[in-house]
Amino acid sequence: MLTIDKLSVHYGGIHALQGIDLEVPDGKIVTLIGANGAGKSTTLKSIVGLVKNSGGSVSWNGETLTGLPTKDIVERGVVLVPEGRRVFPNLTVDENLTLGAYTRKDKAEVAADRARVFGLFPRLEERKRQKAGTLSGGEQQMLAVGRALMTKPRLLMMDEPSLGLAPLVVKMIFDIIREINKAGVTVLLIEQNAKAALEVADYGYVLETGRIIFHGKGRELLADDRVRKAYLGEGE
Amino acid sequence: MTFTLFLQHLANALSLGSLYALIAIGYTMVYGILRLINFAHGDVFMLGAYLAFYGITMFSLPWWGALVLAVVVTAVFGVGLERVAYRPLRDSPKISVMISAIGASFLIENLGIVIFGGRPKGFPVPEVLSRVIRLGAVSVQAVSLLIPAFAALILAVLLWVVNRTKTGMAMRAVSTDLDAARLMGVDVNKVIAFTFGAGSLLAALGGIMWSFKYPNLSPLMGVMPGLKCFIAAVIGGIGNIMGAVLGGFLLGFIELMTIAFLPDLTGYRDAFAFVLLIVVLLVKPTGLLGKRQSEKV
Repeated sequence: MLTIDKLSVHYGGIHALQGIDLEVPDGKIVTLIGANGAGKSTTLKSIVGLVKNSGGSVSWNGETLTGLPTKDIVERGVVLVPEGRRVFPNLTVDENLTLGAYTRKDKAEVAADRARVFGLFPRLEERKRQKAGTLSGGEQQMLAVGRALMTKPRLLMMDEPSLGLAPLVVKMIFDIIREINKAGVTVLLIEQNAKAALEVADYGYVLETGRIIFHGKGRELLADDRVRKAYLGEGE
Repeated sequence: MTFTLFLQHLANALSLGSLYALIAIGYTMVYGILRLINFAHGDVFMLGAYLAFYGITMFSLPWWGALVLAVVVTAVFGVGLERVAYRPLRDSPKISVMISAIGASFLIENLGIVIFGGRPKGFPVPEVLSRVIRLGAVSVQAVSLLIPAFAALILAVLLWVVNRTKTGMAMRAVSTDLDAARLMGVDVNKVIAFTFGAGSLLAALGGIMWSFKYPNLSPLMGVMPGLKCFIAAVIGGIGNIMGAVLGGFLLGFIELMTIAFLPDLTGYRDAFAFVLLIVVLLVKPTGLLGKRQSEKV
């Protein structure tokens, strides 16, 4: 279980996260929704140590992650698929996946995981010798997810996986998220596509200008008037 | 000019180009990873040459023993330099790091004057290397043949490391997207240290082989070659290893051939590099093998 306790982040003079509390129970899909600039990405980045926090803490199964270098956090199975895919364009698809397994020594298991990724995304296997930069946006997102799976994640965090993708691909990515979760991986999902995210999630948090303004079960939030008005573009 | 004389110049150009290439690779590797011009690189080159000099003269090591020792110590020095001068500024504005690089360069040069002495020293070139070999009508020093052969070997090893090993893959990943590499669990500090070590190792090798060919050591001996090899790296497309090699050879050839064909211009030989730089920047600002890079936001 991931526990975020009064997490604060400052960027220069901007108080980007103003003490948020959040929990991601094992085996669940939790989503964090909110408008642009609410602090969603900052939350994920500070969990993995890419952004330093100015207060509060993050812990994973009781162990404090705050202050650890990113590689140690990744080694504990807490992994982020960053916004905008960020695959390595000059490396082949295969090399991108190998890099995902960078910290792992268990060669046989790595090979099995690679086969599993190719099972989830047959398209990647067809293009495994191709440079990642030549893939389409959807394929790059598949690669970004596949690469993250190669790290053997226990908590997979995804930052806007549907951004800029065709509706069909978005649907596929959300199906995959469900599938990954069924295989036992806990998921923390950030989305601007609040409807899709809340439909897939067990629990949701709504973030507004650095504060959690409310949270509840995915279905409840979908039905909540305030959420519908602000994030699902309905009502008035 | 006779054909024989031309071949003579060609042999010289080949070895000078190889030396430029070895040094230029260090600039390009560091730039590829950190987007930093390591202005102290030429001084690392100087340090390598001096360490080999002292290995031979003070510790009476055989030349190859001194070479290995000097190369290893210089590589460690390069790793230390990054640690002290660049790592603390990793998240600072680019300009601060650049100023730190210039400061490191001045510091090493002036420490060199204090410790090694400002007066030039003659490098004790081993007899096997200075011996003249006759190939038909062309006579060249053994070292002029050894340098290109050795440079080719080193380049092959380096390309193998970069393209075929896990560390090399991590280097390529860090050079395109440092944070994404970090998210995969890559220890970015280790990769950067490795890059500085490898670059300094090549600079030391370049410096020592340079001294075999031009056996005149001074604490400022790295300034001009350093500047020229930085130019070679830019001409080839900075960040690209093959580009640095191409730029190094191009510079070596143009420099020596111009002198050969237009002896009146000999006094301007150091200026050719800059002329070439201006021309390349006007025609192809990314360098010959460079690709346009979109600025990350």
